[in-house]
Amino acid sequence: MIQVRIPTPLRKLTGGKTEVEVEATDIVSVVAALEAAYPGLKERLCDEGGELRKFINIYVNEEDIRFQKGIHTAIKAGDYVSIVPAVAGGSY
Amino acid sequence: MNSLTDEQLTRYSRHILLPQVGGRGQQRISAARVFLVGAGGLGSPAALYLASAGVGTVGIADNDTVDLSNLQRQVIHDTKRLGWGKALSAAETISKMNPDVKVVPYAERLSADNILERMKDYDIILDGSDNFSTRYLVSDAAFFLKKTLISGSIFRFEGQVTTLKPHEDGYPCYRCLYPEAPPEGMVPSCQEAGVLGVLAGVIGTLQATEAIKEILSIGDTLAGRLILYDALDMSARSVRVPKNTSCALCGAQPTITSLVESVTTCGTAATA
Repeated sequence: MIQVRIPTPLRKLTGGKTEVEVEATDIVSVVAALEAAYPGLKERLCDEGGELRKFINIYVNEEDIRFQKGIHTAIKAGDYVSIVPAVAGGSY
Repeated sequence: MNSLTDEQLTRYSRHILLPQVGGRGQQRISAARVFLVGAGGLGSPAALYLASAGVGTVGIADNDTVDLSNLQRQVIHDTKRLGWGKALSAAETISKMNPDVKVVPYAERLSADNILERMKDYDIILDGSDNFSTRYLVSDAAFFLKKTLISGSIFRFEGQVTTLKPHEDGYPCYRCLYPEAPPEGMVPSCQEAGVLGVLAGVIGTLQATEAIKEILSIGDTLAGRLILYDALDMSARSVRVPKNTSCALCGAQPTITSLVESVTTCGTAATA
């Protein structure tokens, strides 16, 4: 199983869950598994063409998949996948 | 560098005792100039600690005024200052706390027209702004001016901190980390979403910590890493932030060669 970290803005789609577990072999199948379990998540992560949105980062362990093989980056059991969106808050 | 007075030797004695700081380090802090974007949730604690550390010049840009709903986290202001400009209120607090600090308030919105002029005389920039338009503007300006930028952001119970110095070999810029801002409406604002007040204190203080380290050139830089802090879990994780060699700003063939300001209204993409 792969553990996936859900960021705060997306937790309303996972019923408040911070971490979810999926069976997957790459990021494409992580996103598919998330969408199957929590409909609406895929649209928040990927554009119409299926590519990762440019203000969303996904890390496999410590590594940004944009610098690996993108959504085709392979993962294995025990890997930790983090979804990290750009956040602007600081308050002026 | 000016030598420290007897009063300063006492005021900063707990720094001077640290072998990594010492008298020379304290002199470097006293000579340093730090520019804060925003005197809000992140800027408040950062400004307080930088000022108490004796940072020589602290610039504070904020065009907002103090509102009662700010005081749950914006600890540099107080109830008697409701309606004051935040830059001026922050300057007043700092002046009272440490007269060594030259504090320069800028009660104006930063724009493509004024930001380079405002930031050019500072060494380090701290971004605690509340919207993506300002974040990209600050990051691009810092890149063009070759200034180290320490970026912090918060949302509900989670915060992010990183140091960006693409002018130094191999380190990324904000656009390497997040190539584009979300479209309006994609991300809820803190006004809509709320934020744990003390989270701003944690993240703003981490930004101040990294600023002091950069001034002193001590420890491991946060450049090339992003810290993800979750107050509910009490977890802090670190991920790597590589330089994007095809980055539109700092890559080998940049397409952004001057300041561009995207217009977003505060409160949609904003999260303060």
